Amino acid sequence: MTTTGTPDRMTRLLAVVPYLTARPEGVRLAEAARDFGVSEKQLRSDLELLWMCGLPGHGPGDLIDLSFEGDRVRVTFTAGMVRPLRLTTDEAVALVVALRTLLELPGLAEREAVSRALAKVSAAAGHAGDHVTPVAVSVDAREEALAVVKDGLERKRALHMHYYVPTRDERTERTVDPMRLLLVDGKWYLEAWCRRAEGVRLFRLDRVDDVVVLDEPAAPPPQAHERDVENGVYQPPPDSPAVRLRLSRSARWVADYYPVDEVAPVEDPPGGLAVTVRTTDLAWARQLVASLGGDALVDEPADLAAEVAADARAALRRYGVDVQSASSPAG
Amino acid sequence: MAAKRAERLVNLVIALLSTRQYVTAARIRSTVPGYEADDGSERADEAFKRMFERDKAELREMGVPLETGRTSVFDTEDGYRIARADYELPEIRLTGEEAAAVGLALRLWESAQLAGAAHSALVKLKAAGIDVDSSRAIPLQPRLDAGEPAFEPCYAAARDRRQLEFDYQRPDEDAPTRRHVQPWGVVAWHGRWYLVGLDLDRQAPRQYRLSRVVGTPKVTGRPGAFQPPEDVDLAAVVAGQVGGEEHLVVVHARPGTAIGLRRHATPLGGSEDGEDRLELRTTEPGRLADELAAYGADVVVEAPAAVRDAVITRLTRLAAMGEPA
Repeated sequence: MTTTGTPDRMTRLLAVVPYLTARPEGVRLAEAARDFGVSEKQLRSDLELLWMCGLPGHGPGDLIDLSFEGDRVRVTFTAGMVRPLRLTTDEAVALVVALRTLLELPGLAEREAVSRALAKVSAAAGHAGDHVTPVAVSVDAREEALAVVKDGLERKRALHMHYYVPTRDERTERTVDPMRLLLVDGKWYLEAWCRRAEGVRLFRLDRVDDVVVLDEPAAPPPQAHERDVENGVYQPPPDSPAVRLRLSRSARWVADYYPVDEVAPVEDPPGGLAVTVRTTDLAWARQLVASLGGDALVDEPADLAAEVAADARAALRRYGVDVQSASSPAG
Repeated sequence: MAAKRAERLVNLVIALLSTRQYVTAARIRSTVPGYEADDGSERADEAFKRMFERDKAELREMGVPLETGRTSVFDTEDGYRIARADYELPEIRLTGEEAAAVGLALRLWESAQLAGAAHSALVKLKAAGIDVDSSRAIPLQPRLDAGEPAFEPCYAAARDRRQLEFDYQRPDEDAPTRRHVQPWGVVAWHGRWYLVGLDLDRQAPRQYRLSRVVGTPKVTGRPGAFQPPEDVDLAAVVAGQVGGEEHLVVVHARPGTAIGLRRHATPLGGSEDGEDRLELRTTEPGRLADELAAYGADVVVEAPAAVRDAVITRLTRLAAMGEPA
């Protein structure tokens, strides 16, 4: 099973001679090493090993023969190793699923080309691709912004767009210098230098409206660095204010979806879970608590519960429901 | 892998590819370099047998189609060969554009579960003469939710069609329950990994979020034990559990507010009280009620009554949070 880690050396050793056979004019060592994803030193040691291998008998005419000219290498005798080994089921799955996913993302590659590649790869995979593929990847594909953003990145141009900021329920207008596209946790993000905020920002594509490619070049300043998203896009600084919530049983999923710490079971509410969320944006926390409709009780900060409750009472009055409350001036 | 063993395996592949006859173990021992020579001792015979068994297993693991059989009826023991047609990757030619699509697509697995398989697939395509230039691609980093320890056993079980057994912790239940499943496949849906299969206790298709699988899933029974439905669409199974009938909801929003709601709404003009009437569509009215309640006094539901009541219920519970306990 080789679903994780680097492919082992054997896969590469069986592929090197066919690789050179397919390139009879010879290949620069550095280029071949890059193609196999190894160092030049490693590739040299692979070639030295292969040089010792050959047909039974192992006479001078039976061994794999390579010729080096400057920094180029060619194969002059293959000992019958002319084609790579067939794809394994795992390899076929990796290829087919990746191409099917790309097919769902019309903004990223020419659909016809992807579809032709998929057909050819499936045919070459033979039996390995016969199965109902045991993996599927479904990503949000309706992002109209994707094609425009990709165009801007390819042509290295600045973008102009409207961006919706949910915690302030606000539509903003920005000019950005695009840096890269990210697909994290099923959502597309544009990482870009925002000229308005004068900083690197991640823009979720489903919140981008009316994006256009500008004529001016993208010029992120030297201090614009890509963020590490290995642990998700949302990484509050460690000293961010703590919001302490008690989730009821039906809201315990929150602990799965947001980065939380200090998780502990509680008796009140029954079957509940106490969690701490760290955020610099209390408007976000307020929105989260309100959208949980009473399934999250706020222990800290104290003001947060009062604010959410006051908002709810104001809304209820609009429905003609008057809530009696000591803390409500209208009560 | 030790260089000596790698060298022996390459020689073994070359030897068995070069013959149409079945080659006996004894012949392999004498012609393929690196095996313990036959000095007539039992110890040497044993060492050779162990080594050869390990080598055969290793090659089969890699997908080398090692055949066993006899060339003629006079042969007294089985021999081995590799049929070239079964070994070799069939002819495949990709245009520059198609090759670029493959390069871009495989980046999906970067640092994700099938990264190793994706890399070796790429190595084989390059060895078939295809130039897949992955460096030319646009700056793009697709990242799948990696580090899901249940992925590997669930994927392998679905691939090999073996029954699975695991403990599953639903967030709204206090203790995990044991599930018995015929796994159909693993799906990344909205960035989260799910196992889809037939729940044998419930006799119905079910989805399981991998992060809620407790411990390591265990395979039971033999490979090829079941057949997933012919035309199953794994992603649709996961999506289907949250999808459903579409509901129309009409709300009033104060002018200049509820910007987020308006992005997906159809404006229906002004209302009598000078607000904007908006029409919303949803397959999950409960979720929409959550969202509407969070807009507070800026948004009021006109219809249907069920959604209006759902929002009032939520607001009433929220209003109670300000009360002293």
